[in-house]
Amino acid sequence: MSTADIAADQHDDHHDHGPAKGLTRWIYTTNHKDIGSMYLWFSLAMFLVGGCMALVIRAELFQPGLQLVEPGFFNQMTTMHGLIMVFGAVMPAFVGLANWMVPMMIGAPDMALPRMNNWSFWILPFAFGMLLLTLFMDGGAPNFGWTFYAPLSTTYAPPSVTFFIFAVHMMGISSIMGAINIVATILNMRAPGMTLMKMPLFVWTWLITAYLLIAVMPVLAGVVTMMLMDIHFGTSFFDAAGGGDPVLFQHVFWFFGHPEVYIMILPAFGIVSAIIPTFARKKLFGYASMVYATASIAFLSFIVWAHHMFTVGMPLAGELFFMFTTMLIAVPTGVKVFNWVATMWRGSMTFETPMLFAIAFVILFTIGGFSGLMLAIAPVDFQYHDTYFVVAHFHYVLVPGAIFSIMAAVYYWLPKWTGHQLNEKAGKFHFWMSFIGVNVTFFPMHFIGLAGMPRRIPDYALQFADFNAIASVGAFIFGLSQLIFVWNVIQNIRSGKKAEARCWEGAEGLEWEVPSPAPYHTFSTPPQIDGAK
Amino acid sequence: MNRAADTRKVVARLVLGTVLMFGFGFAMVPIYDVFCQITGLNGKISRTGEVDEQIEVVESRQVKVRFISSFNENMPWEFGPKQPVYRVNPGQMQQTAFIARNPTDKNMVAQAVPSVSPAEAAQYLHKVNCFCFDRQPLDAGAEAEMPMVFFIDPKIPEHLDSITLSYTLFDITDQVEVADGQTVLNEKRSTL
Repeated sequence: MSTADIAADQHDDHHDHGPAKGLTRWIYTTNHKDIGSMYLWFSLAMFLVGGCMALVIRAELFQPGLQLVEPGFFNQMTTMHGLIMVFGAVMPAFVGLANWMVPMMIGAPDMALPRMNNWSFWILPFAFGMLLLTLFMDGGAPNFGWTFYAPLSTTYAPPSVTFFIFAVHMMGISSIMGAINIVATILNMRAPGMTLMKMPLFVWTWLITAYLLIAVMPVLAGVVTMMLMDIHFGTSFFDAAGGGDPVLFQHVFWFFGHPEVYIMILPAFGIVSAIIPTFARKKLFGYASMVYATASIAFLSFIVWAHHMFTVGMPLAGELFFMFTTMLIAVPTGVKVFNWVATMWRGSMTFETPMLFAIAFVILFTIGGFSGLMLAIAPVDFQYHDTYFVVAHFHYVLVPGAIFSIMAAVYYWLPKWTGHQLNEKAGKFHFWMSFIGVNVTFFPMHFIGLAGMPRRIPDYALQFADFNAIASVGAFIFGLSQLIFVWNVIQNIRSGKKAEARCWEGAEGLEWEVPSPAPYHTFSTPPQIDGAK
Repeated sequence: MNRAADTRKVVARLVLGTVLMFGFGFAMVPIYDVFCQITGLNGKISRTGEVDEQIEVVESRQVKVRFISSFNENMPWEFGPKQPVYRVNPGQMQQTAFIARNPTDKNMVAQAVPSVSPAEAAQYLHKVNCFCFDRQPLDAGAEAEMPMVFFIDPKIPEHLDSITLSYTLFDITDQVEVADGQTVLNEKRSTL
């Protein structure tokens, strides 16, 4: 491709001036960096809101008995905490990182569809505004758990469920548009010479994640539409009295829900695959195997959904099929973990804040993976099902998994965004407080889960009291330590030592070729990719 | 290479994919029903109605068929099998009935939803006629005997010597009013 093609590009005409001034800059912007920043701020806000809900839950569970909140409100907290963290914190954070980094990593001037990009972001505040407003409605917010199993979420739901359904529709539309944009960007906007197998892994994992989103978010939209029809239009999709089947709900939901959990972890794999080579000062071990492993995980995620449903009364053949396919996922995931370890092996490692988060990710995510393997064993799942063991498992893969990777990414690329070097002292303080907090919170949950404490209950039997108290203390350590993170990020935006273009010594990739902070428009002329990256 | 045209093409394909997957979500409903019918999972009975050919009665063995009843919440009716246990020879036509009484002072409509346990047995239980095929209206204070006729398929495997047929009774008075006696409910019944 020649420069003539670039001149034809629709954004070239305003490459020479910076952002507009004032509030309208953010409302009308089509700039991938502005939109990426807005996604990240939005997800930070949701992370803090969802975190406060988690602290309400942990405060209530500090002691047995009912102290602070009504059981009904407790159920609203567990539901909203899950919904907000999954759809409001983790997913928008990854989309924000994709917006910021994908065009810069592939040498593109912007996203392929900048106007749609603006729209996909601006749907989100309204979707979550509506979801949060249900807290103040008659009958309260949704209280049926983030998995909203019918008929609990249809026949027995509070009236606000309709607002919940529309909020899910809106965030689904936002995710699908974001995913379409990312696929179009990656497939069409790469700089000449940037072949698919030269793309950084973060771009690869996001390409696969975007396909997952396009495949399953419409199914989620479908299942909430069926709920809407059951509630308001007299259909009986999930109502046994009318010939429907509540188990059908679980099948449709988890057909979305299982790929969804990989949507929340594949971009994390990409981030860690960018950070570990930088601070080990070695090339990523087994690049091609990482790509194939990601693709295999994505494929397998479609055929394992019923492992969430071992106790619904499946035939033996079904239990065995879903048990073995689930265990199969450990193979490509294991490939990834071994590749990260092999990348670190005999590297000249240094332990800056992003690297600390990345290493903690590898270790703690693997612990979450192992408890997942335990849950995959169908016969024992009958004991673990719906206990705190499940809570421990998915928090280990989501908090020190997805969330730690997002924090690692923010620390890693923050100098590129703000032009200021990281405050390592505050970063490391944040890391150690978070690391201790996470483990103190979630590790005891394994034990109380195996001992039989059910999830989603506001009160519990006395024998679980000690571990619950420990977990609550950990939760407050973790929650408060996020204030260090917020402080550190804001400080970094306002001041700090000037960061160089390649502010991490071992960093590789196109994003480090542009100055720090990255100018408002980058790669208006595509960069030259040398044969050997 | 024309970037704008390429982008349009990719977007068109992805939008088509989105629409298809939205449709697939709804297609899972009939797929699920068909899957359950073929495999007999979920204890759904697929074999209903009259049979034409003569069925040979197996005199050498008997299968125990137990009837139980339960209520959806808020269902005030009294409802139970006339005789809880039958021992039938496979192939032998058996008539029985459930007795229902509406103790309330309003006219109500009920729907019974059957389930067979073990699920594997569902495909060997043939219902010639059953009150669960239709909605059952009952006036305030009235009592009715609701008949059913069934037989066990002679091809039933040896290890299935005891079958439980459970009926859950749902109060659908409100839904009948909402749907105004439309065919939605009745059509769905044919799969039960």
